[in-house]
Amino acid sequence: MPDTGAEARAKLVRRVILDTSIAAVVVIGMGVARGVYSNELMLFNFVMFLALAQGLNIIYGFTGYLPFGYVGFYGAGAYGFSLVVMHLHASALVGMAAAAVAALVLAVILLPLLRLSGAYFAIASMAAAQAVYEVVANPDLENITKGPYGVSLSDVFAPAFSYYIALAILAFTLLLVVWLRNSRFGMSLQAIRDDSVSAAMAGVSVVRGRTIAWLLSALVAGLVGGVFAWHISVFYPDTAFDLNISIFATVFLLFGGATTLCGPLLGVFILYGIYNVIGIAVPQYFEFTYGALIVLLVLFLPNGLVSLLTNRGIRVP
Amino acid sequence: MRAAGIEAGYGRVQVLWGAGLDVREKESVVLLGANGAGKTTLLKVVVGLLPAWKGAVRLEPDDVTAWRTDKRVRRGMAYMSEIGVFPGLSIDENLRVGGQFIEKTALKRRMEELYAYFPDIAHRRGALAGSLSGGQRKMLGIAKALASSPRLLVMDEPSAGLSPLFVGQVIEVLSRFRESGLAMLIAEQNIAFLDLADRVFTLDGGRIRFEGSVAELEADDSLHRTYFGLA
Repeated sequence: MPDTGAEARAKLVRRVILDTSIAAVVVIGMGVARGVYSNELMLFNFVMFLALAQGLNIIYGFTGYLPFGYVGFYGAGAYGFSLVVMHLHASALVGMAAAAVAALVLAVILLPLLRLSGAYFAIASMAAAQAVYEVVANPDLENITKGPYGVSLSDVFAPAFSYYIALAILAFTLLLVVWLRNSRFGMSLQAIRDDSVSAAMAGVSVVRGRTIAWLLSALVAGLVGGVFAWHISVFYPDTAFDLNISIFATVFLLFGGATTLCGPLLGVFILYGIYNVIGIAVPQYFEFTYGALIVLLVLFLPNGLVSLLTNRGIRVP
Repeated sequence: MRAAGIEAGYGRVQVLWGAGLDVREKESVVLLGANGAGKTTLLKVVVGLLPAWKGAVRLEPDDVTAWRTDKRVRRGMAYMSEIGVFPGLSIDENLRVGGQFIEKTALKRRMEELYAYFPDIAHRRGALAGSLSGGQRKMLGIAKALASSPRLLVMDEPSAGLSPLFVGQVIEVLSRFRESGLAMLIAEQNIAFLDLADRVFTLDGGRIRFEGSVAELEADDSLHRTYFGLA
């Protein structure tokens, strides 16, 4: 039987409720976990990667652009937060606003990168992140950025509060993805990803769509970078611009499956879980196990774990 | 729509040399030409996917030569390429993207109208476009292009990759839209589409060689040999 308009609307409402419920379970679960598990830093890193993988999902899953230099926005956020707190003695919440602004400014500067595609875009974004790192870590700028010697933000150190702000950022990011998965705008982005020329011919503003997705994705990374700086309070430029952050977020996203809400969540919980279990218990086998998992995934499930279901026509939230 | 004196190409390679054509209200125009004649290039200039080096495109009453594609689409132009659909989206979502800038209630009404025209796809609204057969994809491509209720539908080789049976079905569907008053510009090599034509243009070497009715085309010996393959 064909779907009627009313059935289609009811289906959409059910989808939104299901997606939002999943997002709520994850956020509340990570909030509760802090009360029952003592390794707060590990939990914080989980929250951070859950948000980063979804932030990357916004630009890669919905438009097809994979920025290897995603960490550049994260680093910009961390330093945006730090500079405002160090030099203006602003509160941490003002610092978070500065983190968002710093990432957005960098994203606007890097907008011309969207003229590139595929590997060229990926590499150019990585080079851009490296360039920002070189500026921040420049010893001649010690008076401003503290150069390679790192920043200390002990005045605003508040691990509990910053953890809950990280959860709020995660909630915001998950809701963004829920919106993109269930809105006209998200559909337009997926159309651009499938075939940008046909999308333009359908009246979709390709430039506007890509720009908004790029800015939203950068905003998420900037906020996560800002809350990282706040939570950790002492860090160095090579921590804030560590390329492994980009690599981890990318692998988690691809492992679970892009464009979905659950894919990146599964990717982080499984792979970062393994990273924390094997990497600590038997570190000598960690890299082998991790590498083997990724090779197996690329060979047999190139579209991520969720493709086990989507290939059978089952919709994954 | 009127395109006049169009010169355009790719990089330094010029493909069109002063080509021009026009489509009047509720008129159906077929652009015939062999591979490499410049049909796709001319259509791309008309819809704004390729800039014109010289010449002008008007969508009455506006000169739209410098307009972006999405702006031209919003003014009533729709374009269906050979690919035509978004494989990663469902049938329903393809139509929603096609009519994404019209008001919600109007789009809903339009989608139901289109589903009535295309019963084959109406029964599989939630299916991914990538799972459809070639013929069904073509039908979805046409429906998607029409979702915004355009004044002019521009199509690039709608027969490409279709069996003669499906070509017949496409022509039948298009003739129903023609009767409803939709203006069409169809670039084709398949002369079966001349059944839809009020007027015909032929393109050869980037220049318009003929403009007239189907009867006039058939009466021209040279063109008759070229396009109908008969002496």
